[in-house]
Amino acid sequence: MVSRLLPSVIVAQFCRSILKGIEDHMSGRNANPVPEKDGLRPNSGRKQLKQRMKSAVGAVLRGVIPALLSVASFAAGEPANGTNIFAPASTPAKMVTNLSVFVLVITGIIFVVVFTLLAYSIIKFRGRAVDDGREPAQVYGSTQIELAWTIIPVLIVVVLYLATARVIHAIQDAPEPMDAVQVTAIGHQYWWEFRYPKLGIVTANELHIPVSDPANPNPTFLTLFSADTDHSFWVPELAGKTDLIPNHPNRMWMDPHRTGIFVGQCAQYCGVQHAKMLLRVSVDSPEDFAAWVHGQQQSAVQDASVEAGRRVFESTACINCHAVAGTNANGRFGPDLTHLMSRATIASGAAPNTPEKLRLWIQDPNKIKPGSLMPAMQLSDADMDALVSYMETLR
Amino acid sequence: MSSNAITVPGLQIDEKPWVDILHEWVTTVDHKRLGVLYIGYALLFLVVGGIEAIVIRIQLMFPHNDFVSPQVFNRMFTMHGTTMIFFVAMPILFGFANYLVPLMIGARDMAFPRLNAFSFWLSALGGLLLYFSLVGANGLYGAGNAPDVGWWAYAPLTARAFSPGHSSDYWTLSLLSSGFGSIGTAINIIATILCMRCPGMKLSRMPLLVWLNLVMSGMVLITITPLSAAQIMLLVDRYLGGHFFDAQAGGSAVLWMHFFWIFGHPEVYVLIIPCFAFMSEIIPVFSRKPIFGYPVMVAATVCIGFVSMSVWAHHMFTVGMNSYANSFFTITTMAVGVPTGIKIFNWLGTMWGGKIQFKTPMLFSIGFLFQFLIAGLTGIMMACAPFDWQLGSSYFVVAHFHYVIVGGILFALFAAFYYWYPKITGRMMSETLGKWHFWLFLIAFHLTFDLMHIPGLLGMPRRIYTYEPGRGWGTLNLLVSIGAFIQAIAILLFVANLIISYFKGDKAGNDPWDAWTLEWATNSPPPAYNFASIPVVASRRPLWDLKHPEDPDSRYE
Repeated sequence: MVSRLLPSVIVAQFCRSILKGIEDHMSGRNANPVPEKDGLRPNSGRKQLKQRMKSAVGAVLRGVIPALLSVASFAAGEPANGTNIFAPASTPAKMVTNLSVFVLVITGIIFVVVFTLLAYSIIKFRGRAVDDGREPAQVYGSTQIELAWTIIPVLIVVVLYLATARVIHAIQDAPEPMDAVQVTAIGHQYWWEFRYPKLGIVTANELHIPVSDPANPNPTFLTLFSADTDHSFWVPELAGKTDLIPNHPNRMWMDPHRTGIFVGQCAQYCGVQHAKMLLRVSVDSPEDFAAWVHGQQQSAVQDASVEAGRRVFESTACINCHAVAGTNANGRFGPDLTHLMSRATIASGAAPNTPEKLRLWIQDPNKIKPGSLMPAMQLSDADMDALVSYMETLR
Repeated sequence: MSSNAITVPGLQIDEKPWVDILHEWVTTVDHKRLGVLYIGYALLFLVVGGIEAIVIRIQLMFPHNDFVSPQVFNRMFTMHGTTMIFFVAMPILFGFANYLVPLMIGARDMAFPRLNAFSFWLSALGGLLLYFSLVGANGLYGAGNAPDVGWWAYAPLTARAFSPGHSSDYWTLSLLSSGFGSIGTAINIIATILCMRCPGMKLSRMPLLVWLNLVMSGMVLITITPLSAAQIMLLVDRYLGGHFFDAQAGGSAVLWMHFFWIFGHPEVYVLIIPCFAFMSEIIPVFSRKPIFGYPVMVAATVCIGFVSMSVWAHHMFTVGMNSYANSFFTITTMAVGVPTGIKIFNWLGTMWGGKIQFKTPMLFSIGFLFQFLIAGLTGIMMACAPFDWQLGSSYFVVAHFHYVIVGGILFALFAAFYYWYPKITGRMMSETLGKWHFWLFLIAFHLTFDLMHIPGLLGMPRRIYTYEPGRGWGTLNLLVSIGAFIQAIAILLFVANLIISYFKGDKAGNDPWDAWTLEWATNSPPPAYNFASIPVVASRRPLWDLKHPEDPDSRYE
């Protein structure tokens, strides 16, 4: 069934990406209509044609590359799930993608030209079976040719550099608006801490940010720290990666244009469990974001029915590392658990947040994430039941 | 020694007990034997590093695979990288330089034969120290038994807080030791080239291989020094309470990155320039034409040597440098592409109008040209800092540098093996096995490393021991692994060819390729003294002059 559907899915995806590329381009051009007074500008017809051809090439390439990638991932039998660098959903990622396509086109042209020359000379000048036995003409070089293949690459480099420098400046030196959402992200060995200093929120592993309307941007600015080794924040569809380095604060920003869950992971080797230091960014509508903020600002729910579990939590080593706001648990080595149940995953995305996985995680973290710094708690069954019930109330 | 040096070495070996032979090899100061020792030692580590690569690829075949634990996987990629760079690529290239440079400049040995032996054994000690960590690194901590900090060992992962036990110490000491060996050899190569050339061999008449090894050696002197300094600083941090890289106490993790990459990037050119050297000797001979634009080739190499010293921080685009630094390292990195492109064009010019003979060395050289072109273009993509914010530390980078190291350096090395094996052993390598080796390796190489770019574009970071299903990485990784296994088979074919041809290969004679440089003027294998009488040269291709007295090169230079 699936295999029969697959080809049509691939073709559909392919066409959709190409069409989308063309569509994007058309709408971009319509915003800047070319004056129609042909009589006044004798060259405008040719210029227009040139421009149209250029934009057609751009549109096809802009469509073809993501399309090829989606074909590749479909051919791989798995749907791509939101980490494709050619499917940007935020301004910095889009700027990078546009520049990337430009660089790909230039390098692609160089590749085709040099490949053709090499292939041609190898085929054309191959030694023949029937040979006169004489050496070919001994040529030692040519100054003109050397000059040509020095100057042309220099010009290409200048063009590429200018295009690149613009984007570097536009992304890195973007001013931070007064009302931007501020987040402090702190990398820990194998999990992420997120603090919202203006909103008084502390959470872990799942970042919530508001969607940003391109016409009226509401970007999020991140300040990046590390508590131990180097890490790197990488959610490919939202922005390029930026490292989190101890003693070296960094900054990055993003302004997602659509709501949804965006995934990524730590991209700088940070130790044993580098692989399972996953990232989830939930881009919320303004209303959802406000509701989430309100929920996170509350103290932990106090539920008398799970008093036993709370006692287990507060009388064992849990509180050395974990905090629950409004109680005497204020450890800082592990994720804040005040609103644990508001998160979809545990162990920095390594497992879904279900009672069974939570129990397994507390009992023996190595079963889910070998090398995690959380110790196995070795609790009795009764204590474990109570503890998990308590955790379940931390909404 | 001098009395029996006249006899043919092959016969001489057969008559002696093995202890004497071993003693001769261990105590030798002959540049040819040291060259062979370097190459043999590197081939041994090539197999070890290859096995590590296979373990990595088995683990990554499927999402959530548990063939090895994360700890073992991290040690595997650390050891694979360190081994392949420091104990395969470096020594094998030094081996060829050792063997070929004196022969090509008409000298009887290196300038400092004892330093040569000392350098080799220091490098060998480095490799042994690295692998001794498997036994000795545990310490009192039960802390694991091989380095697991990645081959660039970013601080603060190497601090004692994060790397207890002695595994990082073995890594540090092994690099220090082999680094000192490399510096010794570089000094030796420079001194040999500057002082030992035969009469008539002006700098402008040296074969390109010699020129390029001169540039490479100069770069080794400049780049290994900061690496060694950084290793000593790291040891000070770990044992004497220093705070160079210890971020908790105010040190700088970024400082280590600068130290490492100001070594690390020129190192790529240290490895690729000798491979350019092989290309510049092999392509002309099999195209039956002199190298196109000799002075430009020399200038381009020197230019690469200088410019490549100013590109290191393109490994650090994601570290958070300001926009001016990122722009600077973008332009320098792109600029290095210009002289590199000039080289490719000159090889193209060399083939143009020639009569190309598709012997195995030439096949590998042609493979090199195409693959190095692609590796260079993906390099331009990553030189573009914003593009690198997406591509850096992803599988795209892994694919890119394997394209350089396997598609470029290893292909050039295979070409060099097939080309100079007759000189070193006196026997030809099998062309049939060679062609099987070439085609199998070529197909497997492209299966592995072409596809490996795509998971990077789809967001797969490097150095992860496993990955989540459902991101479109699974099948691609499976195919990449299959390619890696086929590459391993092709390498076995190559090793088999090396061994079989040593015993059964056709006799090579002095000059099997009808070549033009001085090493082909002496016996195969060359006697201990290289040349019975020191040659005198009048052009860049002394053997061409000899074979074509009616039309010698010396008339045009």
